[in-house]
Amino acid sequence: MSDIKIRAKSKNGVTTVKCLMSHPMETGLRKDSKSGELIPAHFIQEVVCKAKGEVVMTASWSGGVSKNPYLSFKFAGGAEGDPVEITWTDNRGQTQSATTTISS
Amino acid sequence: ADWNEAAFKAKEMPEALSALVGSESAERDGRIHIKAPDIAENGAVVPVTVEAEIDGVTSIAIFAEKNQTPLIAAFELGPNAMPFASTRIKMAETADVTAVVKAGDQVFRNSRTVKVTIGGCGG
Repeated sequence: MSDIKIRAKSKNGVTTVKCLMSHPMETGLRKDSKSGELIPAHFIQEVVCKAKGEVVMTASWSGGVSKNPYLSFKFAGGAEGDPVEITWTDNRGQTQSATTTISS
Repeated sequence: ADWNEAAFKAKEMPEALSALVGSESAERDGRIHIKAPDIAENGAVVPVTVEAEIDGVTSIAIFAEKNQTPLIAAFELGPNAMPFASTRIKMAETADVTAVVKAGDQVFRNSRTVKVTIGGCGG
């Protein structure tokens, strides 16, 4: 099961996509409060957003994006029932993907 | 697109900008709208929305100028994407949030100050 939540809504020819991902988004600059050691960097580096199989947007991120990232974008077109797919890849090479369909 | 390590690891704004768009400066442009709180009580979660009334936008980048590495996010837009991006960012301290918008070979920027009362980068 994927931890990505996506909503895609089409209105007046524009589709708005909102999504939430589950990720710790560690910058690598933070120290563990007990051991005092640096917590290794662990963050999403790339999010690829596709609609009907075509890339609409590619986001590149640093650890400066908040924990459990939120992302919203808009694109022209998109019809009810079209698939929207979100795939992220983090700096450790882990990846997760989820798909939804556009509602109106 | 490959993750732009030079831009993301840059510690100063001009260096990050140069690595990202190939130029250290950009014209300030009021057609870029940045929606962010005037005062963020929690620097760990600052909602930022960037929208540009500019034709042919190909990328949008978000910077928090006083973070240890200012570049937070860079969005490459496909031909159907609207010039819009929204996310939540961490801010170490009160600083300008800057949006840099590229349309073809033109680069524009705009900034908005966000006052942070509790920093979000731990420590």
